[in-house]
This record gives sequence, C-alpha cells and structure tokens, in this order.
Amino acid sequence: MKELLKEKLEKQFTTVQFEFIEQFDELTLKFDKSAIVNVCAFLKDEDGLKFNFCEDVTAIDWATRKNRFTVVYHIFSMENKFRLCLKVDVDETECSVESVSSIWKAANWAEREAYDMYGITFLNHPDLRRMYMPEEFEYHPLRKEYPLMGIPGAIPLPKK
Amino acid sequence: MQKLTKDDVHPKIVQALLGADSHITIDDALENEMILNMGPQHPATHGVLRLLLRLDGETVIACVPELGYLHRGYEKMAENMSYLEFIPHTDRLDYIAPPANNVAYALAVEKLAGITAPPRAQYIRMLLAELARMCSHLVAIGALAMDVGALTVFLWGLREREKILDFFDVICGARFTTSYTRIGGVASDVSSDTLKNIIVFIDQFEEKLDEMERLLNGNRIFVERLEGVGVISKEDAIDIGFTGPNLRASGVEFDLRRATPYLFYNEMDFKIPTYTEGDCLARYFVRADELRESAKIVRQVIDKIPNGEVMLNSPKKVLPRKTEIYTKMEELIHDFMIVNFGINPPVGDVYHAVENPKGELGFYIVSKGEGQPWRMKIRSPSFANLQAIPHLVKGQMISDVVAIVGSIDPIMGEADK
Amino acid sequence: MGLESKLINDGFFTTTVDALAAWARESSVWPMPMGISCCAIEMMASGDPKYDISRFGSEVMRFTPRQCDLMIVAGTVTYKMAHVVKKIFDQMPEPKWVIAMGACTSTGGMYRSYNVVQGIDQFLPVDIYAAGCPPRPENLLNALMQIQDKIGKTRVKDFPDPPHTSYDEKQGELSLSKN
Repeated sequence: MKELLKEKLEKQFTTVQFEFIEQFDELTLKFDKSAIVNVCAFLKDEDGLKFNFCEDVTAIDWATRKNRFTVVYHIFSMENKFRLCLKVDVDETECSVESVSSIWKAANWAEREAYDMYGITFLNHPDLRRMYMPEEFEYHPLRKEYPLMGIPGAIPLPKK
Repeated sequence: MQKLTKDDVHPKIVQALLGADSHITIDDALENEMILNMGPQHPATHGVLRLLLRLDGETVIACVPELGYLHRGYEKMAENMSYLEFIPHTDRLDYIAPPANNVAYALAVEKLAGITAPPRAQYIRMLLAELARMCSHLVAIGALAMDVGALTVFLWGLREREKILDFFDVICGARFTTSYTRIGGVASDVSSDTLKNIIVFIDQFEEKLDEMERLLNGNRIFVERLEGVGVISKEDAIDIGFTGPNLRASGVEFDLRRATPYLFYNEMDFKIPTYTEGDCLARYFVRADELRESAKIVRQVIDKIPNGEVMLNSPKKVLPRKTEIYTKMEELIHDFMIVNFGINPPVGDVYHAVENPKGELGFYIVSKGEGQPWRMKIRSPSFANLQAIPHLVKGQMISDVVAIVGSIDPIMGEADK
Repeated sequence: MGLESKLINDGFFTTTVDALAAWARESSVWPMPMGISCCAIEMMASGDPKYDISRFGSEVMRFTPRQCDLMIVAGTVTYKMAHVVKKIFDQMPEPKWVIAMGACTSTGGMYRSYNVVQGIDQFLPVDIYAAGCPPRPENLLNALMQIQDKIGKTRVKDFPDPPHTSYDEKQGELSLSKN
C-alpha cells in the first residue's frame, strides 16, 4: 500500500515535493500547503487509494518564528483499511490554508475548531465561525502564548 | 469588549440559520417562520447542546447546533501535565463509559512509548471495555425510549447498569469514574470470584434484555415515531464523519475492532450488526444487537483470560509496584523520576483510535521527548456525529428532532472536550 | 409513625403554622436537575431503583424551573453556561435552595483552565456543597437530607411576599426593586 501510494502520488503531482515519514507503524506525508486541495481530491477519488473517510483535522503550534503552525489531516481508507496522515506547514504571517470541506464534509466542524483554537483561517470554508468559545472572544486559546488560566475578564460572569 | 446581552443569538448564527436554502415550501399564506431555541438546558440525558431551529409551523427548515457549553479546556490542560496525570481526565470525556476512554488513552500512550502491556492486563482491559460498552448502550436505549415517551425502559436499563457499576466498584475501586488503566497495564488485579460473578450477571442479562426489547419492539408508538425518521444514506454517512453504531445502521459494515485490531479482538468471535435503513429505528436495533455481542465477548474473555502480571516490568516507563517502592531503592528512584519528570517517550507523533461505544475515539499525541505532551488532540466521536444533525433534521417535525438527537446519542463531555 | 400515634388518642393535635409549613416544604422538595456533565449521570443514578430518591419526596425531577424549589447544579459550569444557569435560577420562584454537587461546582474541581468557573458561588447563593468527583448517589441523598434539615428550621416569616421584579433594559438582567 505504501509503495502504491508513493508511486501514484509522484506520477500525478510532479511539481509537488513529498516527504514520506514512517514512524510507529504510521505513514505521514508532508508537502506544501498550496497543493492541499488537489492532493486530497486525488487521494479520495483515485482507484486503489480511495481515502473516503476524513477522521480529523487539527493543528499544532510549534512556537517558532518560521512556520509556526502545522495543520494535520488524518484520513482513512475503508476499503484498504489504511490510515494516512497529511501535514502542511502554515506560517504565522500568512495564517491561512485552503479548506477541504468541499471534499469531505466531515472536515467542516474540525476546521472550525482549528480556527477557533488557533486562528488559522480556512479559505472557501462554507461557514467559518467559532466553535467552542463565544463569538465575541478575542483570543485563540490553544496558542502557546495564551495562559492556562485565561485572561481575567475575557468572558464576563453573571452578577450574584 | 462588549458584554454578552440577553439577545445572545449572535448575528453570525442567525446568518447561518437564515442562509440555508430550503427546498421545502408549505402552501400556507401566513408567514409563520420562527427561530426556536432548544436551549442548552435539556432533560439531563444528552447534555448541554444548543439547537437553533428555523421553523415553518412544525417543520424544521434549518438547524444550527451550538457547542461549547461544556468546553473545559482539556487540550490546553494536557500540555501542562504528565501522561500519567491525564488519566483521570480521560474518564470524564465520554462519561457514560469511562473505562473505555481509559483503555483508549493507555493504548495511545503505549504506542508512543513503544511498550506493550502484558496479556492478562490486555484481557482485563477488553473485559472492561465491553462492560463499558454495555453500560453505554443501556443508557442510550433508555434515554432514547425516555425521549420518545417510554419511561419504564430507562429505569430497567439503569437497574442493569447498576449491577455493572457494582463490578466496576469491586475491580477498579470506583463505581463511575474509574481511572483504572495505567501506562503499561492496569492498576490492580481481578480476582476469580469477581469473574464468576460477572458470568452469573451475564447469564441473567440476556433475558432482561429480551424483556426490554419485548416492551419496545412491539410498541406501535415507539416504532412509528422512529421509523423513517432521520434517514441518512451510506455515502453521506461516511462523508459526514459518522462512526460507530450510527454508521453501522446505514449499511456500512465497519468496526475498528475488526479493521485495525487492537488488544486481543482478533481472537474473539463476534458479529458486527449492520442494518441498511439508516433511520432512527435501525440505530436503536444496532445498539440492542451490540449489547448481545458484547455479552458474548465478555464470556469469551473470561474463558480465555491467562494468568500473569498486570503491570509491565519496564522501569523507565512504567510505575513500579507499590510494595516494592516502599522496600527497594531502585524502584523508589524510578517512581520518583516517573512521577516528577514523566515517562519521556521518543520524539514524534502518534494517532491511535479505538472503537468506543459512541464511535471512534482517537488520541493524537505529539511528543517532543519531554514528560508532557506537546500537543494532544482528542478526536471524539460525538463531535463528528453531531455534524450530521443539520442534515438529518431538514424537513422533519420538531418532535422528530428529539428522536434524532436521541438516536445519534451524543455526549457533550466529549463533543466539547 | 409520627402522625398516626398522635392522632389515635384524641383525633387532633396542635402545632405551629411554622412547623407545619416547614414540614410540608421539606417533605416534598422537588429538585430541578441542572444536569451538565458527569455528575448528572450520578444524579440520574440516584433516581434509579437502587438509590431511589423518590422515597425522600423528590419524586418528580421537573425540568422546568417554575415548578421546582431545589436546584441541583450537577456538572462543570463553564463561563458560557454560567449565564444560562443564572437565568434558570432567576426563573425559579421563592423559596429556593441550591445544592452544588461535585467538586467542579464547589471550587472548579480538577479543571483549572480558562473556561471553567472556579466555583459557582461566584454567581449563585449555594446552600449545601456535596463533595466528590462525582459524589456517590448516597452522598447526594445525604446532601438532600441536609437541605431538608435546613428547611425544617425555617419559619414562615423568612419568606415574605416576593418583591416586584422589573426587567432592567440597560443591564439586560432581572433586577429587584422595592415596590
């Protein structure tokens, strides 16, 4: 399955640089964020791959100056029973990536959560609102600079 | 920063609610669309979920769920505590079946650390996971029946669940939030008397389940309220992220215990109940059948359980036994290092998913080699299952909304994290 | 039993209005289960056949605040949910009592994070705190019995006519004014 994947991806996307990492019995694919929608559409529809189930979309904050965030996609192929992890790097200055909710509807809410927690904008998302925090909330909680106990007064409490 | 006012249907939510195009036209001259708030305070079974419904008379045109009323900040807290300290927090994710979450988390961390628990511990984990599955499905069926109006089944289900909770009390020390698994095994051993009592319980469980099913399956009101309501097709179910019994009720025969086997499930003999209709009644039937399959698995586990240790003997990664900490020097040092500095797994990330009663619970752990995870993401099944609600309630009546939410069986503790 | 033994001899007995009112109030405490998370499951379990709560008079767990006199806040209260809890508390008619069930409602519990209110007594007047995570059903029944003791000591003059409540448009909250 891994060889088939490498072969098909390299044949189809000649301009994109793929980095294959194998660790703990899992395969991870790293590439540039501009190709995300095309690669995902290819992975979903191609015969022999058929990654029809998007399990999760999330992000990691590395707290470095360059390439601060990494957006991680976990997709699963029910036919071949194979799980793949895709990673794209997102910089803080251009904090946006194309949304894959047009390919898998399951990614819709997961991307909203990533937006709420990290502030990464997903372009062409049908309904990009905050997920957990109230709409008026100004910060993004899971960024590394946000304190664990929160900022006092950020969300008001009712009076006694 | 403006204060939250009484009118807290935020303009963005209203926009999402009204923006949905509707193919439903009612031949009525009166303009009677209204926005109804099925607020966060519901009857206590499904938790704090807020549904904003746009209604035309009794028919729902659009629905916008709003989560976040139970967002406790798990992922931020996980970055600040060691792997061992996070185990009690995993209990409170899917709080109807806490042992199942413990097992899922322990497996994910063990995959990251590169260790495997001894066989007896794995069998005990399987036993607990299946008993937890039975607990969860009893509450799910009871709550669905209660929402639709059949109150007796709820109390009968809780009565059976109390017997299972007594077993958790004896095995794990706590009846509800157990925190029983550890990295490298389980906290304590199970005595053979308990295993015999579990078999006695399972023997009488099947006929109690038959009793409950007789009450529901022949009840015309129950069947007519659930049949044909909230139908979702096979492709839509996979696309929208359904897992667990909801997916199996739409015709997809997919179970993580068979697809990516973990623990010793590949040695157990059990069926995967699948129905093709995809409506609420099918989801109920899948859960009732899964109760029987779980009872079967529990019998096989108790049959096959080997003797042996319940905690792995790996000093750098697994806590030593309490008796040895108090008497031997090296074990004391290892205990000190593990509790204070953590287990320090290798650098990398891992995603491990198990079949929870509600669906697929996955833990994505990113480690930088320290004692605390750098990032922990919990892929909760209820979060993904709730996404389907706007799709399922379109065109249904208000009372069907209650039945649909009940049949999807969300738990807000894990949906909101 | 208490009453029959007194009635058997004379057919009547004398008491104070205070005692009668307190006895009536404490023997039929109807709880309003504000079930938010895990403690709600233990609250449900205290209503099941094994730990029957209806033998204490709390047969009906009405989910409408207008008919209840005891609010059992069961589960972690987040900042977003606090407004909802306060709104429902305001809708309950006097006299009303509050049980803070579990560690999360008493002090924030094991969640020291940005979104959890560290104790509901920051915005609600709490009468009894039930400790535990979650408290066992017997613990909740003990809390209920203590509320009954507390009610048993009240007098009728503790609950005067409710003041006229007016809705303050600017503040957006219910405010009490003497009228």
